[in-house]
Amino acid sequence: MQSQTRRVDRVGIVVAALLAVLAGVVIWDMTTLTISQTYGVGPKAMPIVVASGLALLSIGNLVLAFRGGGEEREQPTMLPILLILGGLGAVIALIGIGGGFIPAVTILFAATAAAFGRRAILIDLAIGFVLGTAAYLMFAKLLSLSLPMGPLERLF
Amino acid sequence: MDPISALAQGLTVALQPMNLLFALVGVLLGTAVGVLPGIGPALTVALLLPVTFKLDPAGSLIMFAGIYYGGMYGGSTTAILINTPGESASLATALEGNKMAKAGRGGPALATAAIGSFVAGTIATIGIVFLAPWLVEVAIRFGPEDYFALMCVAFITVSATFGASPIRGLTSLFVGLTLGLVGIDKLTGQSRLHFGVPELLDGIEITTLAVGLFAVGEALYVVSRRHLVQDTLEPVRGSLWMTAQDWARSWKPWLRGTLFGFPIGALPAGGAEIPTFLSYSTERRLTKYPQEFGHGAIEGVAGPEAANNASAAGTLVPLLTLGLPTSATAAMLLAGFQQYGLNPGPLLFAERPELVWGLIASLFIANFMLLILNLPLVGLWVRLLSIPQPWLYAGILVFATMGTIAAKPSVVELIMLAVFGVMGYLMRRHDFPIAPVVIGLILGPVAEQQLRRALAISLGDPLVLVQSPMSATLLAIALIALIAPFAMRGLGRFRSDAD
Repeated sequence: MQSQTRRVDRVGIVVAALLAVLAGVVIWDMTTLTISQTYGVGPKAMPIVVASGLALLSIGNLVLAFRGGGEEREQPTMLPILLILGGLGAVIALIGIGGGFIPAVTILFAATAAAFGRRAILIDLAIGFVLGTAAYLMFAKLLSLSLPMGPLERLF
Repeated sequence: MDPISALAQGLTVALQPMNLLFALVGVLLGTAVGVLPGIGPALTVALLLPVTFKLDPAGSLIMFAGIYYGGMYGGSTTAILINTPGESASLATALEGNKMAKAGRGGPALATAAIGSFVAGTIATIGIVFLAPWLVEVAIRFGPEDYFALMCVAFITVSATFGASPIRGLTSLFVGLTLGLVGIDKLTGQSRLHFGVPELLDGIEITTLAVGLFAVGEALYVVSRRHLVQDTLEPVRGSLWMTAQDWARSWKPWLRGTLFGFPIGALPAGGAEIPTFLSYSTERRLTKYPQEFGHGAIEGVAGPEAANNASAAGTLVPLLTLGLPTSATAAMLLAGFQQYGLNPGPLLFAERPELVWGLIASLFIANFMLLILNLPLVGLWVRLLSIPQPWLYAGILVFATMGTIAAKPSVVELIMLAVFGVMGYLMRRHDFPIAPVVIGLILGPVAEQQLRRALAISLGDPLVLVQSPMSATLLAIALIALIAPFAMRGLGRFRSDAD
């Protein structure tokens, strides 16, 4: 059913703007390349093609946005999302300062479980620790994968 | 070499105990991730790429293919029992399958799905055996310009057939192509889009992008809507076995589903959604029991499920013969080949026949294993669904982090994982398809290489792209595929205005 009041789709405008910025970045980066004469086309051709495509799609998304019809989306619950991203942030920070793989994923496990509604943080930390240790032993020791080491991992 | 003797040679490879073990691990993992909501075969292969880096190529590729096939079987179980299809290819199965489960006929629904998958998978794999060598003969004459044109076709069809609108699909594709530009240009040594970050010089890791989009993005999306959806698991009641009538009503849909699935999968047309829905609507039209459709008609499970598996097998044809992935999982399989320095295509058939044919032969074995694993043991797989959701997603994220950091031990990689995760969440929330991003990243650099090779041979004359009849035809197809959806939508609007 086509309603008379067509809202402008704000998400579409944001997407269009982002695509335009991305096209600009690709073009700007392309101009920093030094010219080297080769047969055919050099490393600059593909960025031009991609940037043109991005620019066209920016216009396309803008047209779609003004045509409206972006359906009403239910509001997401932000807290769980922030919990998971916080968990990932903790992983990045811990591994960055050399805290090692196992403590990092222990926190990530508990944070994600909490985001999905669990309210037993100590049990989840314990499960995360066991899972992280098992994964570390199996993949780093058995399959000789290089996982970040911290004080804990050096014990093994 | 004729296909039969090549296949026989492949069987000797596939039947080696080690490779049988890899196939078994693959189908077990594949079924498990197919059953579990939130993880699919593409993500699983992405996570396993860094883990399998040091293993034998033939073995890991056999395992990856087993995961691909297994995911298709497992997806139907979830679709039937909780009406949340594990992947979009099982959407059609869920329509009738879940109704059957609610009516206490979950057993026969699972059985017709499993046997149908087996029939379709086997016929389609026979299709690969005969179609692949023929396509290799054609592909051997392809010049770089033809490959470039072929990739243009794949880009367009993959992004135009996925998702809500072609503009959105193409937007996803071009984001992927942009990511593909990052890093050192192999021909001239110049680096693009690295912003002074040394980790970016090697380009974006496929694992990081795929895991971020699929695992982190999915977890964020599911958690943001947790209060909205409530899944109910239908217990499998009654006999698992199909009655004589069930068999009589199933075998034709199986064959018709295969006929839809295999060609559409084998053409670079992307996606298992189209053949499954074609099969569903066909069975709905042809059935003798139209009153049952919408309330649990067995034809509506048998047909789409067969189409689903046949198209999965079909996508392996362009992947193996041309190096052209047309689904997210096929793209990850291509990344699997690439991590061993192998490039699927005619050359691989000539240089490593034991690997290619071993892989194809293992598909028959995987199908057999899956039939056995899925029919009597279905109760076991269903129990996987009782893993509490918080622990399931927490575990997925732990392994996502591990796969990413193992692929490249750097914090920058983890930051990218988080960024791609947020991107995947926003794309899901606003209906931008995910698969074209991954395909753009993997195929973009290959397409660029072919284009530059073609233009280098022609001394820079762009007309080379239309002088080869093959390339000209393919580019024309790409153009039509690009314009057709817009033209048709225009027609549709015209019609609705006339009403």
